[in-house]
Amino acid sequence: MDLLMLFITAVFVQNYVLYYFLGICPFLGVSKKIDSAVSMGLAVTFVMTITAVVSWIINHWILIPYRLDYLQIVAFILVIASLVQLVEMFIRKISPPLYQALGIYLPLITTNCAIMGLALLAALKNFSFIQTVIYGVGSGLGFTLAIVLMAGIREQLDLADVPKPLKGAGIALIVAGIMALAFTGFSGMIT
Amino acid sequence: MPTKSLSAEYLKGLWDENPVFRQLLGMCPVLAVTNAVINGIAMGLAASFVLIFSSLVVSSIKKLIPNQVRIATYIVVIATFVTMADRFMAAFFPPISKALGPYVPLIVVNCIILGRQEAFSSRNSVGRSLIDALGMSTGFILALLILSSIRELLGAGTFLGYQVLGPWFKPWIIMILPAGAFLTLGILLGIALVIEQKTKGRTV
Repeated sequence: MDLLMLFITAVFVQNYVLYYFLGICPFLGVSKKIDSAVSMGLAVTFVMTITAVVSWIINHWILIPYRLDYLQIVAFILVIASLVQLVEMFIRKISPPLYQALGIYLPLITTNCAIMGLALLAALKNFSFIQTVIYGVGSGLGFTLAIVLMAGIREQLDLADVPKPLKGAGIALIVAGIMALAFTGFSGMIT
Repeated sequence: MPTKSLSAEYLKGLWDENPVFRQLLGMCPVLAVTNAVINGIAMGLAASFVLIFSSLVVSSIKKLIPNQVRIATYIVVIATFVTMADRFMAAFFPPISKALGPYVPLIVVNCIILGRQEAFSSRNSVGRSLIDALGMSTGFILALLILSSIRELLGAGTFLGYQVLGPWFKPWIIMILPAGAFLTLGILLGIALVIEQKTKGRTV
């Protein structure tokens, strides 16, 4: 698959939220305001890209050569947890304004299944190094797209007359369903 | 900590604190694997196995875990059991393991399991944690079963692979697509809230 196609697939067609159902917790939890949705999306994209690189290196330089691939789950989750911690400390030192914007979202990312999903899916699909990086960036941007769109809709929803039992998570899921339906339209883009 | 009877400890997982319908935890697998009943059951059992054994281990070693590294410890314990579940399914049920794909390894980041360790097993006795884990697991399986039954029935006209609805039935393709998962769960959440309000109104 050429790289542009891979990128488009990751952003639109196999969107992490709307196709793989990964990262639903932040998708529902942090999508009430557009500003925070943008910050969350960028934080996820950032961590996803780094995770893609590091997990590829671990997988291909350590786990596979020593036939330790049954340790994949343990290795990936520990790497992600420490990576998020490192990124947090690094950003705090290097760029306080960026830390202000992303700070509170970073710890939440550790338990975001989108990150773990990225590491596992990239390993499953046997991507080369370049493909993994493109896939990481694309998936992160796809997540950002979905969460920002969702936040835009939810800001309007506050003014709408939603049936009482569906207020909050219920209507958010239904909106996500309609979005997923719209996104299936993109599947015609790849043949 | 208020002492509840053991049966109440178990039953709270079924409805009052149902992980899916009330706490909105562990949504990723709930949405992803419920396109067929068999996948829903397999995911429910795998997650229950991990939850029950992680709760047992965490509650028995809780005094040995230093507070600063507790989350990391929980994750290692959980990841160990997830690996066992994943390997077991790949060895004995290859088709199901294939259908569930990356979602079995992803149990490791399922918030229900980590949440129960942090909120319950780290503070309660082994027996109580076991009951709590059993209750939460039953609630989780129940939710998966309801969602996957609705989706398989409407999306394919079948239940566990057997044709239930006659040839007059035209399957709603949307129900087995991702969109159907979101729509069904959204409506179910609404129904759960209505039931909750109705029963509250009667008892108060």
